[in-house]
Amino acid sequence: MKCSEFLQELNNYLDDVIDDRTRAELEDHLAWCHNCYVVCDTTKKTIEIYRDSEIYELPEDLRTRLHSAIMTKCQSSKKSGPQKV
Amino acid sequence: MGAIQPKLGEPTSEELVLVQAAKAGDDSAFEQLVRRYDRNVFRIAQHITQNREDAEDVVQEAFLKAYGNLGQFQGQSKFYTWLVRIAVNEALMKLRRRRPERMVSLDEEIKTDEDSVPREVADWSPNPEQQYSQAELREILTKTIQGLPSSFRTVFVLRDVEGLSTEEAAEALELSIPAVKSRLLRARLQLRERLSRYFNKAQGGDTAQ
Repeated sequence: MKCSEFLQELNNYLDDVIDDRTRAELEDHLAWCHNCYVVCDTTKKTIEIYRDSEIYELPEDLRTRLHSAIMTKCQSSKKSGPQKV
Repeated sequence: MGAIQPKLGEPTSEELVLVQAAKAGDDSAFEQLVRRYDRNVFRIAQHITQNREDAEDVVQEAFLKAYGNLGQFQGQSKFYTWLVRIAVNEALMKLRRRRPERMVSLDEEIKTDEDSVPREVADWSPNPEQQYSQAELREILTKTIQGLPSSFRTVFVLRDVEGLSTEEAAEALELSIPAVKSRLLRARLQLRERLSRYFNKAQGGDTAQ
């Protein structure tokens, strides 16, 4: 397997949506190709860092304000009918 | 090296009960749906618009439209996927209004210099996020993801931050499955490449720009 072929399968490997045979081929490649190992490992870390990060969390005070605004607008919209999605 | 674990689980029957009740006119059921997904919608809106005020508007408008159109929700997809589609459309509209000089479309295929070929292959330190304070890390992550084209950023956020499946992301963004897959790969690789400047083992984190 070439590095470019490994890269094409990288997402499927990380998302665990590949058959056993392809997985074995990819892991065989990872065992000897240090560059692909690093790319794979650091891509996985990239995803995990973003997934676990707290960027753009909704602050509680803003959340309360938004809820109140949403429910008030919803109730008053009952009179004016549905909007186009 | 194991696979990454998905963040969101399957929809619960509880969600279906809430949607049914909300459709029947129970506003407290709808309010519970708002509580369940407001954080997700806010994050998605912030990522797309990159503007706090716009994100607040998007959250309100998305839930208001969902409320007004509950009758049209057929239940063939998850309520959350349907809500995300509404929120993404609202957020893109905001972005287009704010940056009329740049066409913003999720359909465009973007070719960039730093496409899918990794150049930076130095390993990262074992716990890269611990090299920085929480505030520094947040700044690095925000700045890095803001540098991605919006069509890549949106796919990455829906798939990897919010935990939608490829099929759900395709449905929410009205894109084909191959388009979602190709953008996700490029988004992941570009983010990895850019973060390597900060997390590179040899750099020790203190010389990154």
